Amino acid sequence: MSILLDRESRVIVQGITGRMAQFHTKEMLGYGTNVVGGVVPGKGGEKVHGVPVFDTVKEAVAATGANASLVFVPPPFAADSIMEAADGGIRYCVCITDGIPAQDMIRVKRYMMRYPRERRMVLTGPNCAGTISPGKALLGIMPGHIYLPGNVGIVGRSGTLGYEAAQQLKDRGIGVSTSVGIGGDPINGSSFRDILERFEADPETHVICMIGEIGGPQEAEAAEYIQNHMTKPVIAYIAGLTAPKGRTMGHAGAIISAFGESASEKVEILSAAGVTVAENPSDIGETVARVMRKAAA
Amino acid sequence: MDIHEYQAKEILARFGVAVPQGALAYSPEQAAYRARELGGDRWIVKAQVHAGGRGKAGGVKLCESEHEILDSASDMFGQKLVTHQTGPEGKGVYRVYVEGAVAFNREIYLGFVLDRTSQRVMIVASSQGGMEIEEISAQRPESIVRSTVEPAVGLQDFQAREIAFALGIPAKLMQQMTRTLQGCYRAFTELDATMVEINPLVITADDRVLALDAKMTFDGNAVFRHPHIAELRDKSQEDPRESRAADRGLNYIGLTGNIGCIVNGAGLAMATMDTIKLAGGEPANFLDIGGGATPERVAKAFRLVMSDDNVQAILVNIFAGINRCDWVAEGVVQALKANPVDVPVIVRLAGTNVEEGQKILAKSGLPIIRANSLIEAAERAVTAWKNDVAQNTKMRAV
Repeated sequence: MSILLDRESRVIVQGITGRMAQFHTKEMLGYGTNVVGGVVPGKGGEKVHGVPVFDTVKEAVAATGANASLVFVPPPFAADSIMEAADGGIRYCVCITDGIPAQDMIRVKRYMMRYPRERRMVLTGPNCAGTISPGKALLGIMPGHIYLPGNVGIVGRSGTLGYEAAQQLKDRGIGVSTSVGIGGDPINGSSFRDILERFEADPETHVICMIGEIGGPQEAEAAEYIQNHMTKPVIAYIAGLTAPKGRTMGHAGAIISAFGESASEKVEILSAAGVTVAENPSDIGETVARVMRKAAA
Repeated sequence: MDIHEYQAKEILARFGVAVPQGALAYSPEQAAYRARELGGDRWIVKAQVHAGGRGKAGGVKLCESEHEILDSASDMFGQKLVTHQTGPEGKGVYRVYVEGAVAFNREIYLGFVLDRTSQRVMIVASSQGGMEIEEISAQRPESIVRSTVEPAVGLQDFQAREIAFALGIPAKLMQQMTRTLQGCYRAFTELDATMVEINPLVITADDRVLALDAKMTFDGNAVFRHPHIAELRDKSQEDPRESRAADRGLNYIGLTGNIGCIVNGAGLAMATMDTIKLAGGEPANFLDIGGGATPERVAKAFRLVMSDDNVQAILVNIFAGINRCDWVAEGVVQALKANPVDVPVIVRLAGTNVEEGQKILAKSGLPIIRANSLIEAAERAVTAWKNDVAQNTKMRAV
């Protein structure tokens, strides 16, 4: 097993005719992902890398049985596309787009609430690198070959920092069950806690590696969940020790604006909850290896 | 994106929020003239900078004559106002706002923010206006009232009333309070703000609810749909290097250290800065050149980082995923050949085709210091910086 994504996932790409989307569709197909269609309004009937394009998500779902979607749509239209996916019967959606207005995301979150929980789409991102279940499927823009299949669940806000962690694991022969990017935006589809719940329930995931950063309440919320509800070991790294207060560090959500949002405060909160924190980003892989050895002993 | 107080007041007034009469001036003489136009015998002269804490820093002056206005405004114009929010370099004063002074009985704090826990707009209010919200939460947390707004239907009048009653506002002012709160909320949502703050909102001696100060911040991701807000950008209030970087599509934040950083991805950029600190150095900047790391972006990044005179070593940390390391290495070599730099350059590549990338760097003939891991790169950068500084000091001594 893995979480959110596997070999059976039937994927559509919204905005598939864009240059970047075409490139990553090819990469995903090459990885073995079951990409069954694309959606671009007005381009129904075309094909991209042999994949049929539809005008609407509903049509794509009806024709292909798609249940997962990757949103590659420019920021002004991305929120609309996510809501179309939620309404069209998609169960899992990853939004890559960086730069979606925060109030659009507030609307998206509110819109998704209109579906009862059992029919509600799961969204990860926006502003993320995507999700991969190594050896099974890739729904995103990450380089697939830096992940080995295995039992570590990765969840993080940053793209390249997540790659760094995956590479360090691969260098030690450690594999990954699923790696999920929740994105760097202040209003996001899934929180650390949402993903941790799934890893806790996934028999294939034995250890979780959580990569957070400054800004927002989601690391602290995760700490509370870990302390009270998790049986699996969690290791964490928090980026932004040297980030000045009140400045946005690249990601729209990476800004220290309240108590508990700095890296040192988050490290303290997580450590107090029993999380093993790697102080140095070069030590993420080694820390996971150490915790796994201890768990096995 | 930040705007000035007078701009925020103009906007809020359009949404029905009552503000004092005021006028903008670009010189002390104009300030005095504006005061004459406004009439009255007491005025407030306020330096327009993108920062709070102006009062304590001498940026807000009560004046009782034209002469005093000329003096106060002359003291402000062209100066760098240093408040607790500006950092030691301060912000330049090129505009002042003149308002008629208002007698008031009560000061209220009113803020609208994007609450990341509820993922909705939250109203934060306190009866202890005039203090900064941080001070209020530390000293009078019980005075704070909070209310979140359901986005599908917007702010309801009962919520506005609940807040007003909780603040102890008399019933006869309820309509004015409701109009103020509704106006702020509509301005916030219709214009894609991320923050609206009125501190203080006062109850005047003649029972008016009036915004004496106003601050608005806008979502940079949404200004594309509000061209009239985009026009309010004031580059004189930005760090010139950061504006230049932003205009070139790079994400740069200047800091005070000596080791310049060029990294792809925001999280990795922060992690790189942290590692420099752990290795005993101080980062000179945050710089995210984007996931792609094209040769053009790398070249731009070198020019930008070198424009900071404090930079004594540069650490390049690129995780090449889809873009292979050999391609990124070519970019680094091209950039350095076209724009040679006179400080040590440490390059750490990771990801696809890392060996080929390293070979290209080695064969380039450039004095690039290579590193395999992030910590190794940071340690080498700190050592190279210290050696470089020691050598330069020795040369100066000779």
